[in-house]
Amino acid sequence: MSNEPLLSLKGITKSFGSLVANDGIDLDLYKGEILALLGENGAGKTTLMNILFGHYVADKGVVEINGHALLPGSPKEALKEGLGMVHQHFTLADNMTVLDNIMLGTESLLSLNRKNTQAVEKIKNLTKQYEIDVNPHSLVKNLSVGQRQRVEILKALYRDVRVLILDEPTAVLTPQESDHLFATLRLLVEEGLAIIFITHKLREVMAASDRCLVLRHGKNIYESETSDTSIDKLAEEMVGGELPRVERIPAEPGDAMLLLEEVGVTDNSGYHLLENISLTVNSREIVGIAGVSGNGQSQLADLISGLLTPSSGTFILLGKPISNPTPLFMIKQGVGRIPEDRTSTGIVGDMSVLENMALESYWKDEFNRYGLIDFKALLEHTESLSKQFDVRSGGPNASARTMSGGNIQKLILARVLSENPSVIIANQPTWGLDVGATAFVHRQLIEASRNGAGVVLISEDLDELFGVVDTIQVMYQGTLSKPIDPAKTTASKLGLAMSGHRDIEDSSLLREAVT
Amino acid sequence: MRLELREDSSLMLQAVVPLSAALAALLCCSVLIIWAGASPFEAFVHLVKGAVGSKFAISETLTRATPLIFTGLAAAVAFRAKLWNIGAEGQFYAGACMATWLGTGVVDLPPWLMVPFLFAAGAIAGGLLLLGPTLLKTKLAVDEVVTTLLLNFIVLLFVNWLVFGPWKDPMAMGWPQAEPVIDSALLGLIIPKTRLHWGLIIAILTSIAVWFLMRFTTWGYEIRSVGHNPKASGFAGIPVNKVVIRTALLSGGLAGFAGVSELCGLKGYLTLDLSPGFGYSGIVVAMLASLHPLGVMLSALFIAILSIGADSMSRSLNISNYIADVATSISLLAVLVSMLFTKYRIRWR
Repeated sequence: MSNEPLLSLKGITKSFGSLVANDGIDLDLYKGEILALLGENGAGKTTLMNILFGHYVADKGVVEINGHALLPGSPKEALKEGLGMVHQHFTLADNMTVLDNIMLGTESLLSLNRKNTQAVEKIKNLTKQYEIDVNPHSLVKNLSVGQRQRVEILKALYRDVRVLILDEPTAVLTPQESDHLFATLRLLVEEGLAIIFITHKLREVMAASDRCLVLRHGKNIYESETSDTSIDKLAEEMVGGELPRVERIPAEPGDAMLLLEEVGVTDNSGYHLLENISLTVNSREIVGIAGVSGNGQSQLADLISGLLTPSSGTFILLGKPISNPTPLFMIKQGVGRIPEDRTSTGIVGDMSVLENMALESYWKDEFNRYGLIDFKALLEHTESLSKQFDVRSGGPNASARTMSGGNIQKLILARVLSENPSVIIANQPTWGLDVGATAFVHRQLIEASRNGAGVVLISEDLDELFGVVDTIQVMYQGTLSKPIDPAKTTASKLGLAMSGHRDIEDSSLLREAVT
Repeated sequence: MRLELREDSSLMLQAVVPLSAALAALLCCSVLIIWAGASPFEAFVHLVKGAVGSKFAISETLTRATPLIFTGLAAAVAFRAKLWNIGAEGQFYAGACMATWLGTGVVDLPPWLMVPFLFAAGAIAGGLLLLGPTLLKTKLAVDEVVTTLLLNFIVLLFVNWLVFGPWKDPMAMGWPQAEPVIDSALLGLIIPKTRLHWGLIIAILTSIAVWFLMRFTTWGYEIRSVGHNPKASGFAGIPVNKVVIRTALLSGGLAGFAGVSELCGLKGYLTLDLSPGFGYSGIVVAMLASLHPLGVMLSALFIAILSIGADSMSRSLNISNYIADVATSISLLAVLVSMLFTKYRIRWR
């Protein structure tokens, strides 16, 4: 490690109206190191990266690369100086080949002959050098998520980046794929690159970074060599105090609330969305569904929410078989549904907080007389629920769009849990929430289960599952594993199941692979 | 230059924006008027005088605004549910045809019953005409913009056949028009010796009723919810397709009202030029009013002033009255652009 920083941010300050997103942030990045940038949502990580890439102009402060100041507000300049970014949501064209994607934007629009052979040569060298295993001629749509991420990294390397920034790179990966990624990153820094790695998963910080920097409320709060710090210390710095703990005392499970037996779901063209799903959810029990995103979790949630109809198997709710579910029917049967995408499925952003609170109950007699909505009753309802669930908004008549993600989720929880549902299906309920809001959601789910509800919690975050659920089932390509006791398994074993290896408890081959 | 989302847009802003859009439109028209060889100032004086300068002018303007309120409401209701009904023109004629069929002697009731009866029948005809494209949309995902638009031409050709063929009035000296409706079916005049008929009052009451429906009833709540976010509405258990179909019947019915009102209030008999494009102008009216049912009355008035005023202007100054069409289109474009500013603000850097 040399003494001159490769990249240096000095006193970066940026405010939006009254909100100070970045407040005098200093950051140095040296050649050959991996720096983890930590912080809750809204801590200012994204703003900082946008300033670095010239999408925003800082109110104060400078970005220096190799000792000279970078022209502010010019993304082109940032690319030319060797800054590269891998976004959380990939920016690849699905219908083009890996090669096309990598070359996209590197050639003049007017050049007639494409320098394909040279490009392929360069890509082959890169893949060999960094052990990135991708065929440049395959179509991006045929690649797995992990492979797509490698293409994004290749894309940056092809442009000779010196500083690579990865935004939440492990959100879409299994634990094994994450390890693979970290190994690749290690190779890259050995070749002299510098990497900034944005995350909020503390374990990965400890495993993969050399140094870490914690942002909170737009300030850098804490900086340390990774070897000199601990997970607890980092969590404390991130949240600014004690980490809210969620106590879970396992309760004796009661009767089966929801029972799926070999349920299959096919789409209109006969393609199997779900196959042979068997799931039992008892009263006072939380069942966790693990899996890499896109393996059928959304379809399972849609099935229990009443949006999909089973094409085979039996679906029993509260002891009664269900053949033709609709969302309204499921709501009336006492199924509480917390959707995956809270802003696009959970609320109607252009309607008021009050109208959103009523979305699943406006038809009830207490809010409705002769087809007229009783706005007075709804106002009382909204105010009492907002208080009970700590929903903060610009008032009952403010449009729901203006609320923060955490408060939108609290509104949805209030709407669902106030009906005392007997079954709750929560699909990624804490995705994108800060630690405080996450703990709130967990506490509410646990309390509902203690009061007798059967809860299904779908999550891609294994730490969340280990902390909250009684039993885990793993989804892979539309199928569901047998229940696994979280006390008797490990993250890496679940990771194998998430990538398609079944029967993790009794396969000798796998036991060898794990140990 | 970049666009930033506004956290909230004040009422002040929402009022100023459409007004400045109208002003911008008039400025653009000045250029055309100068080009046509007249003084814009003089032209606008003639325009205002022609539209609101006398009792007769005002009555003509209000008469013109009446069908525009109905078709504006038809578009406003449908667009609120994101049902793109471009077929108000056809639904207008469906209403007018129904009123002609039932109003020329098939049914004879006292006037206080006959008029509501014809309005109801016309609304059913308009609603049913929109039902077809809507069912195609909800069942087979056929784009309703295409089907409703093309249906206009089919309906117009059908009316063409009617007035040249089976419904042709033998007393009309060869003109292609249907028999006039019977006296008990006529709406009557608000002010004698003008053409202003009771359709205007019905239009105003309908506006208020539609506003009440959208704002205070479960049906209105469902329509707004489905329009703003069909995905979340479906998830929350609102029967999205049912709501869209209900909206279609309402929207088509309102356009049918327009046809009955023009037939029984103004002309008295069915012709091919009963509507000079009221169905299409209704879209402009609705957009200018940002789909607000009460705002529809104001924007219908605005469009009526423009078109009646431009007629008078073109007569006095001998320039084309197509200037009015240009003014209408430019004001729509200006409003659509300016709507952006109620949601976003521009940051220069």
